[in-house]
Amino acid sequence: MKIKEESSMKWFRLIAFAVIVLSSAACLFPFLLIVSASLTQNEAIIRDGYNLIPTVFSLEGYETVFRFPQQVLRAYGVTAFTTVAGTALGLFFMTMAGYVLQRKDFKYRNFFSFMIYFTTLFGGGLVPWYILMTKYLKLTDTMTVLIFPGLMTPFLIILMKNFIRSAVPDEVIESAKIDGANDFTIYSRIVLQLSMPGIATVGLFLALQYWNDWFTSSLFINDTTKYQLQYYLYNVINAMSFVAQMGAGTGVSLGDMPTESTKMAMSIIVTGPILFLYPFVQRYFVKGLTIGAVKG
Amino acid sequence: MFKKHGILKELVANRLMFLMLLPTLLFFLINSYTPMVGIYYAFTQFDFNTSLFNSQFVGLKNFEFLWKSGVLLKLTLNTIGYNIAFILLGNVLAIALAILLSELKTQWFKKTTQSIMFLPYFVSFVILSVIVYNVFNYESGFLNTTLAKFGAEPVDVYNTPWIWIFLIILFYLWKNLGYSMVIYLATITGISDEYYEAAKIDGANIFQRVWYITVPMLKTTFVMLLLFALGSIMKGQFDLFYQLVGNNGMLYNTTDILDTYVYRSLKVTFDIGMSTAAGLYQSLFGFILIMTVNYIIKKINSDYALF
Repeated sequence: MKIKEESSMKWFRLIAFAVIVLSSAACLFPFLLIVSASLTQNEAIIRDGYNLIPTVFSLEGYETVFRFPQQVLRAYGVTAFTTVAGTALGLFFMTMAGYVLQRKDFKYRNFFSFMIYFTTLFGGGLVPWYILMTKYLKLTDTMTVLIFPGLMTPFLIILMKNFIRSAVPDEVIESAKIDGANDFTIYSRIVLQLSMPGIATVGLFLALQYWNDWFTSSLFINDTTKYQLQYYLYNVINAMSFVAQMGAGTGVSLGDMPTESTKMAMSIIVTGPILFLYPFVQRYFVKGLTIGAVKG
Repeated sequence: MFKKHGILKELVANRLMFLMLLPTLLFFLINSYTPMVGIYYAFTQFDFNTSLFNSQFVGLKNFEFLWKSGVLLKLTLNTIGYNIAFILLGNVLAIALAILLSELKTQWFKKTTQSIMFLPYFVSFVILSVIVYNVFNYESGFLNTTLAKFGAEPVDVYNTPWIWIFLIILFYLWKNLGYSMVIYLATITGISDEYYEAAKIDGANIFQRVWYITVPMLKTTFVMLLLFALGSIMKGQFDLFYQLVGNNGMLYNTTDILDTYVYRSLKVTFDIGMSTAAGLYQSLFGFILIMTVNYIIKKINSDYALF
């Protein structure tokens, strides 16, 4: 009996270990491919293809990006600004909404909660929204359009509501009210303090969404100086593929433009901050998913 | 005129709370509710220079065209088909990974591999398109250079529509498995050790313990995620499809979904009436589906109802 148990456990662990190692490798592999290519000489990529280890080591990709750094830096600036402003503003609004919507003595909380939730069930679609933004609100080529649409989502408001409900006991709010604190004071002095971990989680979800946004730029921004970072990268990639194809089709030499390695270097520069921050912030996301899975 | 105990009294008494909720309400009013008026475009021949209700009314012509050309049916089948694959494979594999990971005992190894598998979720879709290009492009992609090393023929992935069915599913899983795995892992961590101890004493081996304890315990989470996903089965993963396929017309037959079609009609052909119609069809069909699903769930087991 004992032996059977141990041998089945051994087999199970072995399978588990193998599957987990393989899946982790599969998740990591594409990143290694990009890092490696960004450090490879452009000609070597074209000749030998992409490899896990640079065949001919070179920093020319990064050098090309930083030879004319103004555009990248400007796109970085746009994304940094929209990320910070959007996250701060969105958090301010959503914490207030989450707090009010979980107050049991707020009579219309169910009505308003459903009004917010309903937008996930039915909507006007992309086109009427696009026309409203461009034709009626005249938001083309403004910073406002890069920030406004991403300020909040129903999912994050529900998440915030659940966080506050579990972090702030009703009695605390009750006793603060008896002491004469008004609703905003309770929010700013007590609720914000007690639900800091939840705010961090929602804030990180929001920041990630702003950082990775390319879609808003693609719809509303024609002025290249206002491109978000991801959309800038998207355009660079397409432009370089076009140049490379032109070169291949006509037999004309591309000169010394290292298209492939530059694309990869640019990808690393764009993703860098996320990869760098990831180890420190991922536990907040895990926490958010765990609490968000609770219905409410 | 106003009732003393009605909404007005409530507004005055709780004015601060209403004020705090106001930005959120305004946001959804502008961003979500106002565009609903524009649904009317679906029934018009759009003209950018006239206002909404002065555009020429054409009735159901736009829908008729979409239906008769076969576009609508193809898009619907693609959208729903991919979503079903995403939901089923995504959940089953996430459960399997979560179970395997939870049975490993070395803490640092567990933490590290979980972090690695969650990582793709954080990467933008633009980077994903770079990755796919790295691996699958014809001239220098990792796949073809590796095939060449073994003397095999290169594969022209970007001109082979059927491969993309698998690639899109593969990269959906790559990006999202870690996310759902974390949710299931949290549920497994919450299962009391006593069940497992008791089963051990009764002589159940690890496979039996997983099958008779862990899997049933995950049912609630699974059903909840499943129903949530069913509710949005008409909404496609726009970022994924658009960044992987882009404007490569060769691949539309197998990869075009409602969301990419609407986006293209707006950005490329600027066919407002047609794309509004396609969008409205998607929204309405999705809405009816959710209502039906929710109604049926309520009949069977109201604990699982979405609302």
